[in-house]
Amino acid sequence: MSDDGDDIILSELDDEELVEQMWDDLYDGLKDEIVEGVNILLERGWAPYRVLTEALVGGMTIVGKDFRDGILFVPEVLLAANAMKAGMGILKPLLAETGAPRVGKMVIGTVKGDIHDIGKNLVGMMMEGAGFEVVDLGINNPVESYLEALETEKPDILGMSALLTTTMPYMKVVIDTLVEQGKRDDYIVLVGGAPLNEEFGKAIGADAYCRDAAVAVETAKELVGRRHNQGATG
Amino acid sequence: MTDALSKMLADRDWILADGATGTNLFNMGLSSGDAPELWNVEHPDRIEQLYIMAVDAGSDLFLTNSFGGNAARLKLHNAQKRARELSRISAEIGRNVADKRDREIIVAGSVGPTGEIMAPMGALTHELAVEIFHEQADGLKEGGADVLWLETISAPEEYKAAAEAFARVGMPWCGTMSFDTAGRTMMGMTSADMATMVDKLDPGPLAFGANCGVGASDLMRTVLGFVAQGTERPIIAKGNAGIPKYVDGHIHYDGTPDLMAEYAVLARDAGATIIGGCCGTMPEHLSKMREALETRERGPRPTLDQITAKLGAFSSAVDGTEDTDGDDSAPSRRGRRSRRRG
Repeated sequence: MSDDGDDIILSELDDEELVEQMWDDLYDGLKDEIVEGVNILLERGWAPYRVLTEALVGGMTIVGKDFRDGILFVPEVLLAANAMKAGMGILKPLLAETGAPRVGKMVIGTVKGDIHDIGKNLVGMMMEGAGFEVVDLGINNPVESYLEALETEKPDILGMSALLTTTMPYMKVVIDTLVEQGKRDDYIVLVGGAPLNEEFGKAIGADAYCRDAAVAVETAKELVGRRHNQGATG
Repeated sequence: MTDALSKMLADRDWILADGATGTNLFNMGLSSGDAPELWNVEHPDRIEQLYIMAVDAGSDLFLTNSFGGNAARLKLHNAQKRARELSRISAEIGRNVADKRDREIIVAGSVGPTGEIMAPMGALTHELAVEIFHEQADGLKEGGADVLWLETISAPEEYKAAAEAFARVGMPWCGTMSFDTAGRTMMGMTSADMATMVDKLDPGPLAFGANCGVGASDLMRTVLGFVAQGTERPIIAKGNAGIPKYVDGHIHYDGTPDLMAEYAVLARDAGATIIGGCCGTMPEHLSKMREALETRERGPRPTLDQITAKLGAFSSAVDGTEDTDGDDSAPSRRGRRSRRRG
């Protein structure tokens, strides 16, 4: 709304204003400002986990919503995610030291024959931003690489991405193999990609189809939460 | 005006393009994840059959089996060195099919996206992108394609890089983008943006337009977006036959041949000249589209309401071209404070 001219000095803002400013800066993909903001909050004695959830995740949630609603598009989201990544770079070692709670773990990759990783990368970054540990298998993954990663990483979630109608059926190959080996129920399987839809996700036996990165994060949180509850009662 | 497509555009009121490549190849036994372009060498008979099916169904123009035939895509299959060869063969098979007919058939050399993000956001530089497209264009030219046909592009930078490569080989070309994200391309380009961009290219495409995307309704809205820019350039409409569904181990698109016939007529009435299908559009769809275009009289330009009444709802309320004056329904970026610092 306001015109420019007033230089904002981040360190002069109080905590609440600074967090809101960081949401705006994330929205605009301003990497240096995010790094500065993260450092200021840490200096003020904020726990790394609080910086992550309130400042970064809070900001990325707004970005995710506007992406979902067709207000922001891939270039803006990539810029925002890069800014977040810069902030994460500072927080990651600190989070490991302080033993911050982890929401869950995800193995993610684009299926065999498909090199499209824009959507997959966005999901990975947004999931990290939401506090998940993400193992990225990259592009062009045959069923063997998924199985191997599931074995070694023991994630809660398997995420698969495809952007081509010629590669999306491959997701079913992976799921069918998991079923054959009796491992399907060990993981939450999320699928996504431009040509997919909810019905397709159901038909191939995934737990959910996620139409974009923001929905993927929401779905992952919900399903992991449900799983933990089941574990507690069962 | 010597190339075959320019001639056909001058002579004809509408041109029927082809339908799906991938969906048809799956039906012929292609496995998901494998490179369709390798079939140009491994199963040339099936690729020939693919082209013949489109021509028999009434297509005046078909695309070669070279969509993923660029080095960036082929490296997945360890065939990055074969971009030129596989593209050439795809066009040779097509040339052969076209030349056996007694009516004019256009062989359009398909060029799909590299699949990479262009600099500065991504790693692919403009120079490298031009080189990748140039190599493929050379192959398609050698194989005897009449025209180069860029499709399913989402980034304006990539469209421009391909245009530059096509100029280098001196071939006429067409180019479509895919509007699959809230009525825009994945990178946020609107139909209006594209029409403006295309008019600035030199040499520009013989025709431009939209392919793939979400469904026939959305694609029609995009066509109306082009028309609203007042472009004189012929418009291409190549929409999917509905939405993909998974039925009995196969991808099936829910758009019926009758729906696609309706779409073809609407596309023509809206102002498109080259009309075809994309994913899920089979020979039976094309036959119905041809029949409808031949037998039904040209009507007035359809409104958005008429489009949704006949083809179904849009995937998003708006597509970025709406006039925002006095209209609160159009979403916009968050207002923000300034932060010019230091």
